[in-house]
Amino acid sequence: MKDVFIAAKDLTYIYRRGNAGGYKALSGINLTVKTGEFLVIIGSNGSGKSTLARHFNGMLKPSAGSITVAGMDTTSAENTWEIRRLVGMVFQNPDNQIVSSLVEEDAAFGAENLGLPPEEVKKRVAETLRLVGLTPYAGHAPHLLSGGQKQKLAIAGVLAMCPTCLVLDEPTSMLDPAGRMELMETLIHLNRDMQVTVVLVTHFMEEAVLADRVVVLSDGEIALSGPPAEIFTEIELLAELGLQLPTALKIAHGLRQRGFSLPLDILTIDDMLAYCKNVLVE
Amino acid sequence: MLGGAFLTMSAIIEIDRLTHIYSPGTPFQIAALDSISLDIKKGVFLAIIGSTGSGKSTLIRHFNGLLRPTSGKVRVCGIDTADKKQRRNLWRSVGLVFQQPEQQLFEETVLADVAFGPRNMGLAEAEVKERAHEALRLVGINPQEAARMSPFHLSGGMRRKAAIAGVLALKPQVLILDEPTAGLDPQGKQQLMQHVENFRRREDATIILVTHDMEEVALLAEQVAVLNQGRLVMVGPPREIFSRVEELMAIGLDLPAAARLMHQLRLLGKRIRPGVLTADEAEEVIAGLLEEALC
Ligand SMILES: Nc1ncnc2c1ncn2[C@@H]1O[C@H](COP(=O)(O)OP(=O)(O)OP(=O)(O)O)[C@@H](O)[C@H]1O
Ligand SMILES: Nc1ncnc2c1ncn2[C@@H]1O[C@H](COP(=O)(O)OP(=O)(O)OP(=O)(O)O)[C@@H](O)[C@H]1O
Ligand SMILES: [Mg+2]
Ligand SMILES: [Mg+2]
Repeated sequence: MKDVFIAAKDLTYIYRRGNAGGYKALSGINLTVKTGEFLVIIGSNGSGKSTLARHFNGMLKPSAGSITVAGMDTTSAENTWEIRRLVGMVFQNPDNQIVSSLVEEDAAFGAENLGLPPEEVKKRVAETLRLVGLTPYAGHAPHLLSGGQKQKLAIAGVLAMCPTCLVLDEPTSMLDPAGRMELMETLIHLNRDMQVTVVLVTHFMEEAVLADRVVVLSDGEIALSGPPAEIFTEIELLAELGLQLPTALKIAHGLRQRGFSLPLDILTIDDMLAYCKNVLVE
Repeated sequence: MLGGAFLTMSAIIEIDRLTHIYSPGTPFQIAALDSISLDIKKGVFLAIIGSTGSGKSTLIRHFNGLLRPTSGKVRVCGIDTADKKQRRNLWRSVGLVFQQPEQQLFEETVLADVAFGPRNMGLAEAEVKERAHEALRLVGINPQEAARMSPFHLSGGMRRKAAIAGVLALKPQVLILDEPTAGLDPQGKQQLMQHVENFRRREDATIILVTHDMEEVALLAEQVAVLNQGRLVMVGPPREIFSRVEELMAIGLDLPAAARLMHQLRLLGKRIRPGVLTADEAEEVIAGLLEEALC
């Protein structure tokens, strides 16, 4: 069995809202993320995804219950540094992550803080900026970049830290189709070949089907959890929760309703194509 | 002569050889728009697509005079956007939802934020309230709750919705949305776009939508403009644009998922009618193929 990397136990989080009182954004979350797992978190707007993700690097501390990262309790201050070293976080809003007036300095910020030698930082940043296609912008000002370019910069900075675990909060929301596909390929490569644990928050169901496991949040609770092939059979429940099927599954579902029997492991357009090839060409 | 007059009457936005250069004369000079010409007809639903950094946000910022052409001309509702004296008239007609509009929320409550624009237009208080409530309902936020909530207490997607409501409440003749559904959940996305389409029909408004979501384009757009590195490289209806598969792929774009599947089936030698863009249409096509194969 694989090691547990993140373990949340009865995790509850309450936001204080001045004189409006408190708001319970998470209640009684029990969740483990295993080392080397690719976990996707989905759920409607306001369901608690970002609040949960921010517990994974200790940015938020539970109001009740507990959470450990690599066995370390996130509430004790002495663990903070080590947890931030292990868990790299890409936040939902790229503007909140800009810390420097130069793209290459900005991308280097996290890696530098790890105390790496400057040549190593330089090498890594050059590599990750190239990976996201921002090399021509290395000397530009981050706040003048386009929306998608800012998002790519945030990703490059976190990748340069080479974290053991990546937590990404809607990192592809402003990327073009090619950029979205490239990031998913990068994440899958890091996960499969480098054993990086990946937690991805997304509204793209096409991304969710690529995960080992999908967790569906609703009103601060876990409504569903399981492999994509299981989760996406719960069509009515997903619709109730503000979600939808990815296109390949919509088509497969429609065909089943017309009386065709299709294999249950069709999740992506490529799967659907392979099935059609099988039946129609052979 | 007559043709010319007719054209200017039906085009609500006229773009004539628009070029925009950021930081000219510095080492960071960027030609973000390169001699773009395009007429946008009144009442149309136009989608603007293009890869990251291709110039989409730069282009639409010219439509409400936020940016001035380096060269070329932009006229909106007959107003030259470079004419400072006409600014207020321009802003009255054109509503722009920025990319990441949530950065612009500043009032104490969500409701006050949405009411800010209409109030600023000098509307009567009853009308202001009615418009704010209506706009909030359109984006799926309860107006009663909005009256109690600070915008800073909202999640990312909810903040986005509140910001969009603020522009919808202005009921602009030209509604420009820069990636409005980025960060919305699938149903929120669909509902918002449906409301935008209803708004267009009801008010005979012109909609300009910047998006990376090809499904959205397929479902709603009547016309699509494709940008690449600051140049306008294609204009046409979605079915035509999405038939130019290789060209789109080469510039970082894609087809809607259903259309991609159809394209790949064609590569396998299957004969499939052109213009299939949605899951429902693809389901029908595949059902036909399966029936044929299984008989
Ligand atoms: N700083 C805050 N103060 C008070 N309440 C907050 C704060 N941040 C979030 N909330 C509330 O907590 C709930 C969960 O918010 P969260 O940001 O975790 O949602 P989310 O699932 O990430 O949504 P989205 O998809 O829109 O990003 C929401 O109801 C939100 O209004
Ligand atoms: N204020 C600015 N100053 C200098 N350069 C800028 C500025 N705004 C944008 N740019 C540059 O101009 C080009 C076009 O940017 P724009 O924001 O129009 O792209 P976009 O098509 O909207 O991209 P995205 O899909 O990522 O939002 C980019 O290379 C960007 O870095
Ligand atoms: Mg969030
Ligand atoms: Mg943009």
